[in-house]
Amino acid sequence: MYNYTAFDEAFVRNRTAQFAGQVERRISGALTEDEFRPLRLMNGVYLQLHAYMLRVAIPYGSLNPQKMRALAQIADSYDKGYGHFTTRQNIQFNWPSLTDIPKILSDLADVGMHAIQTSGNTVRNVTADHFAGAAADEIEDPRPVAELLRQWSTDHPEFQFLPRKFKIAITGAPNDRAVTRAHDIGLRMVRNAAGEPGFEVIVGGGLGRTPLVGTTVRDFLPKADLLPYVEAVLSVYNMLGRRDNKFKARIKITLHETGKAELSRLIEERFAELRPQFGGNDQALLTQIEAAFTTPVLRKADTAAYTAFYKADPVFRSWADTNLAAHKNPDYRIVTISLKKHGATPGDATSAQMRLIADLSERFGHSEIRISHEQNVILPHVHLSDLPSLHAALRGSGLETANVGLISDIIACPGMDYCALATARSIPVAQKIATRFDELKQEHEIGPLKIKISGCINACGHHHVGHIGILGLDRAGVENYQITLGGDGTETAVIGERAGPGFAYDEIVPAIERIIAAYLAQRRSPAETFLQAYRRLGLAPFKTALYPDEAKRDAA
Amino acid sequence: MSRVFTPKVITANDLLAGDVIYLTADDQWSRHHSQAELIEDEAHGQLRLLDAQRLKTVVGAYLAEARQGANGPEPVHFREAFRTRGPSNYPHGKQAGQSHV
Repeated sequence: MYNYTAFDEAFVRNRTAQFAGQVERRISGALTEDEFRPLRLMNGVYLQLHAYMLRVAIPYGSLNPQKMRALAQIADSYDKGYGHFTTRQNIQFNWPSLTDIPKILSDLADVGMHAIQTSGNTVRNVTADHFAGAAADEIEDPRPVAELLRQWSTDHPEFQFLPRKFKIAITGAPNDRAVTRAHDIGLRMVRNAAGEPGFEVIVGGGLGRTPLVGTTVRDFLPKADLLPYVEAVLSVYNMLGRRDNKFKARIKITLHETGKAELSRLIEERFAELRPQFGGNDQALLTQIEAAFTTPVLRKADTAAYTAFYKADPVFRSWADTNLAAHKNPDYRIVTISLKKHGATPGDATSAQMRLIADLSERFGHSEIRISHEQNVILPHVHLSDLPSLHAALRGSGLETANVGLISDIIACPGMDYCALATARSIPVAQKIATRFDELKQEHEIGPLKIKISGCINACGHHHVGHIGILGLDRAGVENYQITLGGDGTETAVIGERAGPGFAYDEIVPAIERIIAAYLAQRRSPAETFLQAYRRLGLAPFKTALYPDEAKRDAA
Repeated sequence: MSRVFTPKVITANDLLAGDVIYLTADDQWSRHHSQAELIEDEAHGQLRLLDAQRLKTVVGAYLAEARQGANGPEPVHFREAFRTRGPSNYPHGKQAGQSHV
């Protein structure tokens, strides 16, 4: 885990003090709201429907027990005893008062955390594969590069007033768990013919009102060129990006309007100017950062207890089958702790749950914790022999749900229960779908399926890349939900297809049930996943299932 | 033909707590929609809004559609209805203190 240097510490403390002064001046009336708004946004403070919201960055999704306990303490002291983990590896506190926010930022600084650039037209929190540093399929841990990008982008004077927000995601593995193709810049670690690690650079992906899969502008970028290259992309975007129209301001539109060839030429031209200016300090810094991201000393121990438990305890077996992933050490597993208990709010954790996770990571997980963009918590290094005890400790806490990757492991944005931009609710839709399929006891039979729900066109819930995507809209003063099918957020990224007219709030769960019934009826075997079946069958059979009246009419 | 003005209330968020507030006829800010002034005249509404937007203790004042109900003005749009209550996933916000929820 990277620990703040004296420079980082001084910077964050200074910013916290500066913001405290700004809050004071806002309260005294010396600053108007128009003057204060951009200042609060630079520090992650939003005004939502019912209250202020503070969005705290969890850079590349990495936490340690101390940080997790600080988040729990903040939830108890200044909020309502819980926090909401988001789809961009942030945590949001939904109820702080403006007067308490400087104190929260100070408490965060105590543990090396901040809320800087979690909003505004800047480079946002850099996200990474939540299995980084542990995954069996990884080329290299991408987090040192993500930390380098965090340091470089924080308060970067050239990029504080970009045309629009700018999101970077990075993965060190060929299996893309970081949705890199739906980011302004996506970085996928690859090896060249000589076996050296570098990056495929993907530009101009994004969801929102114009969903686009990113375009590869470099198939292989040597690792040492990363920072000047990213700076070149930002620099070109900063010049060309449209400031006249908020809806056309993201780099995906710049790419679309400029064309890949011309944009690539401009990036390469700028890169040629910038590269010589990077005299190697960035690489020296990266080397220092890399030293902080070593794999913990893994234990060697007998794994017989795991095998015995796996055979004997069906509840444990079910959890192990869904919530574990392969670790680079065959005696270890990556554990995903589900924040998707059936009927609970996706991504929410109570302070007690946060403390339990912190304790368990110390007992069984080498004190490492990750937050995934899928709104779950990961213990990246757990020895097989510790899994039964870990599972036993989770039982009864609301964190033991065996549903990772299944239909109830739903991503949902806060929607109109909290968000000022939302056009409809998303949380209760997620709750109802999860509860319904739990009642049906069908989810393990259905198998891998990603449902993603957004409460407005901005697509924080990533609905376009959900196998089933749900978008909540306001249609003439009534909540209405559009369904998209066949989306995919991995290395084979695809934007889902819209199925047809939307459904009312009360009709959305039955509509999802009809889609699932059609899948179960038409899959070749239980081994054929929903997405595979969709790719084979196309939209038609699902459309027929979704709109039976229309199908009858057409047949008549 | 000019469009018909539908009744409105003025609503905003409190500067310190961020809570939803409504402008009353006697220039107070209430936390209850039912206590808001129901504005039925467009010019009056615009003037009241200008005054509200000048205040330093409230944030983001705007006119929201409303109708007269049995106990005072009621919201028309579901977004405004949610603002009178709080989120649907927890009994937080205004609904926390209300026994009928």
